[in-house]
Amino acid sequence: MKLVEAIVKPFKLDEVKEALTKAGIQGMTVEEVKGFGRQKGHTELYRGAEYSVDFLPKVKIQILVTDDKAAKVVEVITESARTGKIGDGKIFVTDVEDVIRIRTGEKGPDAI
Amino acid sequence: MKRGIFKQIFASLVGGLWMLLIVGLTSAQEAPAPAAGAPAKVETPAAPALAAAEAKKEDPGAAPAQFTQGLLEQIGGAKVAMDTMWTLIAGMLVFFMNLGFATVESGLCRAKNTVTILAKNFIVFAASSIAFLVLGWGLMFGDGNALFGTQGLWFVGGADNSPAMGDAYKGVYSSINWTGVPLWTKFFFQLVFAGTAATIVSGAVAERVKFGAFYIFSFLMVGIIYPITGHWIWGGGWAAKLGMFDFAGSTVVHSVGGWAALAGAIALGPRLGKYSRDGKVLPIPGHSIALATLGVFVLWFGWFGFNPGSTMAADAGAIGRIAVATNTAAAAAAIAASITAWLLLGKPDLTMILNGALAGLVAITAPCAFVSISSSLIIGLIAGVLVVLSVLFFDKIKVDDPVGAISVHLVCGIFGTLAVGLFAQAEFTPNTTGNGLFFGGGAGLLMAQLAGILGVGVFVFVISMIFWQILKATIGIRVSAEEEIEGLDVGEHGNIAYPDFVTVTARGAAIVDAAGGVVQGSAAYPAAELSKRPV
Repeated sequence: MKLVEAIVKPFKLDEVKEALTKAGIQGMTVEEVKGFGRQKGHTELYRGAEYSVDFLPKVKIQILVTDDKAAKVVEVITESARTGKIGDGKIFVTDVEDVIRIRTGEKGPDAI
Repeated sequence: MKRGIFKQIFASLVGGLWMLLIVGLTSAQEAPAPAAGAPAKVETPAAPALAAAEAKKEDPGAAPAQFTQGLLEQIGGAKVAMDTMWTLIAGMLVFFMNLGFATVESGLCRAKNTVTILAKNFIVFAASSIAFLVLGWGLMFGDGNALFGTQGLWFVGGADNSPAMGDAYKGVYSSINWTGVPLWTKFFFQLVFAGTAATIVSGAVAERVKFGAFYIFSFLMVGIIYPITGHWIWGGGWAAKLGMFDFAGSTVVHSVGGWAALAGAIALGPRLGKYSRDGKVLPIPGHSIALATLGVFVLWFGWFGFNPGSTMAADAGAIGRIAVATNTAAAAAAIAASITAWLLLGKPDLTMILNGALAGLVAITAPCAFVSISSSLIIGLIAGVLVVLSVLFFDKIKVDDPVGAISVHLVCGIFGTLAVGLFAQAEFTPNTTGNGLFFGGGAGLLMAQLAGILGVGVFVFVISMIFWQILKATIGIRVSAEEEIEGLDVGEHGNIAYPDFVTVTARGAAIVDAAGGVVQGSAAYPAAELSKRPV
C-alpha cells in the first residue's frame, strides 16, 4: 500500500477532490498547511516594519491506495492541480506498513 | 374619454390633498416653539434656598441648601432636567468607549495575549470608578490650592448644593459650579473621563506587563496623578489661572494618559523580538484587524459624548456644532493618515488609518468648543499626518508601543492643546479663550497652552516613572521571557482566549531579548537558527 501526499494550491482542492472521486478514490484527508519551495514569498510592511511573507498557504491531501493504483492517483492529482505557474506544489509517495479500520478492525487492503 | 377625465380629477384631488398636508405640516412647525425649546433663564433661588444660603454664610456649620424638588423648580426645573439628561447620556457614551479601547488593543495584539489585554481594559474601569470615588474627585474638583484640592476629598462627601450655579453655589466643589447639574451627575461624567485616561496606558504596555502591576498603577493613576493635573486645568488650579483652556481634555485626559503610557513603555522595555540585534524593526501583526476596526468605530461613536457632552448642558447652540467639529476632525485625520501611509509605506495600512481617525478625535478634544468647523478640518488633517510619522518615530527610537497609544494620545493630545492657542475664535464660546494666534489674538493663549502642556508633561512623566520604578523594584512589572513567548493569557490569568484554535506562540519575529541577544535554552528554537531568520 502507498500513502500519496499532495501539497497543492488551496483553490485547487475542489478540482482535485472531484477528479479523485471520479477516478474511484473513496477517501482522503485534508490539512491546511503553510510552505514554500523555490517559490519565494514577498516582503510587506506592517506599520512601517518590513516582514517577509515566505510561508504561503497550501493544502495537503493524503490518500491511501493499493500499490497498483498509486501511479494513476499521482497522474490524476498532477493533472487537476497543475496551473503551470510557480508554486503548484509537490506529491510524495511513501510505503505504508499497515492500515486498520477502527470500526471493524479490518486490516490491510480490506481497510482501504 | 370618460376614463381620462376621471384620472385627471383623481390626480388633482390627490395633488391637492398632498399640498394641503405639506402646508399644514410646515405651518405647524413654524409656530413658535414652546418654552422647553428656548433656553430657560436661570432664576436666582427664591426665598427658601436663599434663606438657607444666608444661614450658611452666618453659620458655616449649617448644611447648604438641600437639593430638593422645590429648589429644582425655582432654578428652572426644565433646564436642569435637560442638562442632566444630556450630561448623563453623554457620560454613558464615554463609558462605552472602554469597549472600544478593549477591542482596538486586543485586535492589534497577538491572540495569545487577548485575555490579558481585555482584562486590563476591564479592570481599569473598575479601579478608576473606585479610586475616583474615594479620592480622585476631591483632589481634582475640591476647593484647595493651585496644585490640588483640599476640601471634600473623600467619597465625594463635601458640602454641595448643586445644581446651584455661580454665586448661588455654596459648596466645596466651586471649580465645577459653572454647570447646572446635580452633584452625582457631575461626578458620573467626570468619572468616565478619568477612566479613559487610565485605559490609554494599557495599550502601550501591552503583551509584556504584569497584570498585577498594571492593576495597582491604575489606582495610582486615577487616585493621584490624573486628579492633580486635572485640578490644575479644570479644578481652578494654576494652569486655569494662567488662562489655559482644554475643553474636553486633550491634555487633561489624553496627554496625561499618554505620558503615563510613555513612562510605562520605557520602564518595561520592548517586546521580545520587536527590535533585532542589528537595529531592524520587526513587525508583530495584530491578530484581528476586524476587532480593531470595531473598536475604533466604538471610540468614534463614544467621542460624540466625550466632546459635546463636555458642555455639561443641553446647550442647543453648541452641542451640534461641537459634534460636527469632532466628526470633521476625525474624518479629515483618517483621510490624511490614509494618504500619508499610502505615500510613505506604499499601501494604505488600515491600522494606520484607524490610528489616524483616533488622532483627529484626540486633537479636536481640546479645541472643539472654540474653533470653527473649517479649523477642525485643518486640525484633523494635521493630526492624521502627525500620527503616522509618530508611529514610525517611536519605533525608530526603540520605544515599543503595540497599538500606537503614545502617538495617538500623547503626541496628538499635545497638538490639540496647542491648536486651541492657534485656532480659537472668541465668537464660539464667549468670555473664554478669546482669539488664538491665527485669528488676531496674539500669542498669549498659545503661551498659556504651552505652559500647561509642559507642566503636565514634566509632572505626569516623572511621577509615572517613579511609580513604575517602585512597582518594578517591588512586585516586578514585566513577565518572564518564557511567559511572554507562551502568551500572557495562561501565565497571568489561567485563561485561553481561543481554546478551540491552535494559536501560534512565536509569529513573525526572531526571539531576541531586550538586550538584543537571542533567547537560549529552547529545544524548539535553537539559538543558531533563530539568529539567521525570522520564525
